[in-house]
Amino acid sequence: MSTEGAIVADAEPAGRLAENIVYFARALRAAGIPVGPGAVLDALAALEAAGVGTREDFYWTLHAVFVKRHEHSVLFDQAFRLFFRKRAYLERLMAMMMPQAPARPDRAEPPASQRVQEALFQGLESKREDEKREVEIDARLTISTREVLQRKDFAQMSAAEIAAAKDAISRLVLPLDELKTRRLKPHRHGHVIDLRRTLRSSLKAGGAVIDLHYLGPKTKLPPIVALLDISGSMSQYSRLFLHFLHAVTDARKRVHTFLFGTRLTNVTRALKERDPDEALAACSASVMDWSGGTRIGSSLAAFNRLWARRVLSSDATVLLITDGLERDADATLAFEMDRLHRSCRRLIWLNPLLRFDGFEAKARGIRTMLPHVDEFRPIHNLDSIASLCRALSGEGGAVADPKAWLRRVA
Amino acid sequence: MTDRTTDTAQPLPTSIDATLQLLTGADYVADRPLATVLFLALKMGRPIFLEGEAGVGKTEIAKVLAATLGRRLIRLQCYEGLDVSAAVYEWNYGAQMIAIRLAEAEGVADRESLASDIFSERFLIRRPLLQALEPDVAGPPVLLIDELDRTDEAFEAFLLEVLSDYQVTVPEMGTIKAEHPPIVVITSNRTREVHDALKRRCLYHWVGYPSAERELTIVQAKVPGIGKKLSREIVGFVQALRKEDLFKAPGVAETLDWATALSELDAVALDPATVSDTLGVLLKYQDDIARLDGTKVKALIDEVRAALRAAE
Repeated sequence: MSTEGAIVADAEPAGRLAENIVYFARALRAAGIPVGPGAVLDALAALEAAGVGTREDFYWTLHAVFVKRHEHSVLFDQAFRLFFRKRAYLERLMAMMMPQAPARPDRAEPPASQRVQEALFQGLESKREDEKREVEIDARLTISTREVLQRKDFAQMSAAEIAAAKDAISRLVLPLDELKTRRLKPHRHGHVIDLRRTLRSSLKAGGAVIDLHYLGPKTKLPPIVALLDISGSMSQYSRLFLHFLHAVTDARKRVHTFLFGTRLTNVTRALKERDPDEALAACSASVMDWSGGTRIGSSLAAFNRLWARRVLSSDATVLLITDGLERDADATLAFEMDRLHRSCRRLIWLNPLLRFDGFEAKARGIRTMLPHVDEFRPIHNLDSIASLCRALSGEGGAVADPKAWLRRVA
Repeated sequence: MTDRTTDTAQPLPTSIDATLQLLTGADYVADRPLATVLFLALKMGRPIFLEGEAGVGKTEIAKVLAATLGRRLIRLQCYEGLDVSAAVYEWNYGAQMIAIRLAEAEGVADRESLASDIFSERFLIRRPLLQALEPDVAGPPVLLIDELDRTDEAFEAFLLEVLSDYQVTVPEMGTIKAEHPPIVVITSNRTREVHDALKRRCLYHWVGYPSAERELTIVQAKVPGIGKKLSREIVGFVQALRKEDLFKAPGVAETLDWATALSELDAVALDPATVSDTLGVLLKYQDDIARLDGTKVKALIDEVRAALRAAE
């Protein structure tokens, strides 16, 4: 400790500020805000430029440099409060390095505070972390609205299951569904003359011969948005589908994945990990309602309100993976399904219940949702995953027509 | 696409307070966090990235900056399929064709000189980004890149070069670099996430809905001749509306439109019938309008009145 004290005492005032900013950046990083070394330099330059006088200016100056996303604002706020708490912040920093309990918070803390606090004192906690016993509740084909806040360990996947999933994924033929964009690219049989290339190539011959070059439409893969039900009645399948979605995410740039049971979680970033095991572990870490009850209506409402306009902006294909066993199949569910249907290009409902030969669209939830989907497909084995790939390539099929299922019961 | 203000060039503000004053002087009611970001961006020469819901005054900031600093405003409206020929430069092909034919007619056969002649500045059509890099007598212009989220990733990637080095590469001519970097304002409605690499080069600010107090100041500054009572009720009603579960909450632009509409209708206070008739100015989704029926509107108005009375 004595050497550290000496460093602090000897350093220039500006040097101490720099040191603190570096520590603060590290705390932000631990709290989950991506802060690079460049941002630290920027912060020092900004503080110098602003000539900070008040605490508020100091706050907003650092905010301007470190925060690059709206949702990071609340994390930054908490980290700032904890870190620059008057007099106490240095002691707290030192507490991180000593094996003793962190000081107790003075008052009730807002929700994000817990996360930031955990991040700041992570080194301390991890040593004493206990092995938590997992309680496995088999809630297969039962629906409960009770929220089971339990984190499911992906290590429980049996060897056979993993082999089957990997097998399916390795044989996956990736969809070739392509959308025309409004951009043009050089094209042999295009419809627009590319004057720039034409002129340049004509200069080769001194402008005597003018060879026409053409531009044609450029195509792109449409984005995919997957909404995966992870409630108890789906628990046998959701892991496999996550593997599938990871493979799709890996191969295509624009895939967004959301998990829902009783609440909606965006796991797109977690699935971007290259290694499937790491990606799935990251997923399970971010989900709180694994194998719990299901509220399809309210989850869809949350998606429509918070995410639809951000991820469905350019003609997305939506994969809705759920068994449709919703207890509260009311007007809300129909309304939200309708809104989802109207804001995407294609809505494909994948239902593992279709594995039963005698399946009939009788459950109320299913009857409510069916009129609003474009395709209704089974997904329960490798064959059905393969046929999904074909469906994503743009081929429909009689099995997929949702109206046929409704007629069969009526 | 461009317009020039008549004012002469003003020096950049030297402190956060001066920035705040500058904005207030132009009837833009800003809070201190926004003034801090603007000041830093001007001082450090970095682009400003403004994100927020539609109608909270993001575009207006660029216009006010250009007007108060006496700079030229160059606006690039983004859309899907925006490409280099619409955003940066294009060759004047017609003129080039004629030049080639003339060269033929005059019998100039030197290919080298013809090529360098054809691809020279004479035949270059400058689009907004290139214009912004050129020197201007009134000082570096304000470049507004509006609604960046509407374009695609390819264009974002292209912007990286422009925003980090303030230079553009024209393959036939070489690199054009700005002597004095322009003041860049980028806005996004957040219909999708803009890539981190681009955000990293900017100072980020989330423009939220204003507080009741600030919104009242905005209404009174922007709608001249509006009654004090009416403006307070309007702001109270809109603030209450934002707390409702709506698909699209009204922005400041909608508040101003509504205030103008009501003052044109010679209203002195809110009444349920007028509110229901003019709700289309505030809410733009049929589901939202249907949700606010007569009784709901009346309840909201009563709530606002009670709150105003309590505040007095």
